[in-house]
Amino acid sequence: MALDKPYKDVPGTTIFDAEQSRLGYHLNQFCMSLMQADNRTRFKANERAYLDQWPMTEEQKQAVLARDLNRCIAAGGNIYFLAKIGATDGKSFQQMAGSMTGMTEDEYRAMMVGGGRSPDGNRRLGEDGDAQPHRQPQGKAGQKGAL
Amino acid sequence: MATITASVYTSHVPAIGAAIDLGKTQEPYWQPVFKGYEFSQQWMRENRPDVIFLVYNDHATAFSLEMIPTFAIGTAAEFQPADEGWGPRPVPTVIGHPELASHIAHSVVQDDFDLTIVNKMPVDHGLTVPLSLMCGQPLAWPCPVIPFAVNVVQYPVPSGKRCFELGKAIGRAIRSFDKPLKVQIWGTGGMSHQLQGPRAGLINAVFDNRFLDRLIADPQGLALMSHIDYLREAGSEGIELVMWLIARGAMADMAGGAKPHVAHRFYHVPASNTAVGHLILENVA
Repeated sequence: MALDKPYKDVPGTTIFDAEQSRLGYHLNQFCMSLMQADNRTRFKANERAYLDQWPMTEEQKQAVLARDLNRCIAAGGNIYFLAKIGATDGKSFQQMAGSMTGMTEDEYRAMMVGGGRSPDGNRRLGEDGDAQPHRQPQGKAGQKGAL
Repeated sequence: MATITASVYTSHVPAIGAAIDLGKTQEPYWQPVFKGYEFSQQWMRENRPDVIFLVYNDHATAFSLEMIPTFAIGTAAEFQPADEGWGPRPVPTVIGHPELASHIAHSVVQDDFDLTIVNKMPVDHGLTVPLSLMCGQPLAWPCPVIPFAVNVVQYPVPSGKRCFELGKAIGRAIRSFDKPLKVQIWGTGGMSHQLQGPRAGLINAVFDNRFLDRLIADPQGLALMSHIDYLREAGSEGIELVMWLIARGAMADMAGGAKPHVAHRFYHVPASNTAVGHLILENVA
């Protein structure tokens, strides 16, 4: 019998379950290695060479090189592990979280100061909240003509 | 015998720790957050416990994907603040209480909760930020601390009901310890927040305040809330709130005693990506 995963229909959200953890094992363990200062130095000196020491998929490596956290998460990454990349880059947790919304840093910060993102319209796929797939990217980047 | 004098509940946002460590607590952004803990620091000075049993979660610091214990109790003599990638927080070493921790581990495992027993682990912001919020910046923490780490990183995390029942077992264990220690139990993490994906930044003040109401008055009912409700309503990282149920389960009214006194309640949005919630519940002597 299949496992019950009711969380698959929460928009804009990937739950880091045992299946994702299996996919992302080496990606996340690479992230853990960045908790050591000499590893951070080696990574920054030659990112591709450092990544090639890990049995990660090419997609995982490309997602890391692009610093695309949504792609990293889709490939099995977990935000608490991915945060080690952000720390290596000197990014705050707010900058990292905001980067996944398409908003600029200022836009995301303003949303949080204004009380955060409302759950209304964002509880289930098919609603019309700002986290729904058809409304990405958010902020100015998502407005017509912005690109 | 040991007694549980009070339970404390608070968010453990890493940016709060950074604001304290970098001397930013009086900046306009942070001032309202720390204002909510002024009472708490005074209360801690007046109600200093002998031991704090501190429920928190590790954020890929001590536990990578090599090992993922659902419930882990720290039985060591001391625990070092971790380097989470920004350098270790400049806070005191956490002194443990191996004797009480081992007693609790023994009792709780016999009570059917299979804990992982940890004799070596660094402790991250999940544990040190609550200490900073409640104690300020002392040269040493006011008392020994027993770290109790819950897996809320890899899903499925333990259910609210499991956490609540575990809290009852921890309460029984502490009350059966044969020394007159005053013990506080803290539940940390939350409140609503989501740190990942296009839904990052989710905050639900209605849910959070209802959670605080029910934690005080209807913890049994609250413990039945399903994971999916936390995820939908409080965000993917809001699931940390199950840890508050461990602390609540250890209170006297869950073992036939009197209802607790609400000494303090505070709620503020935002701290970085997160809603900050805080409660102090005292057992009535």
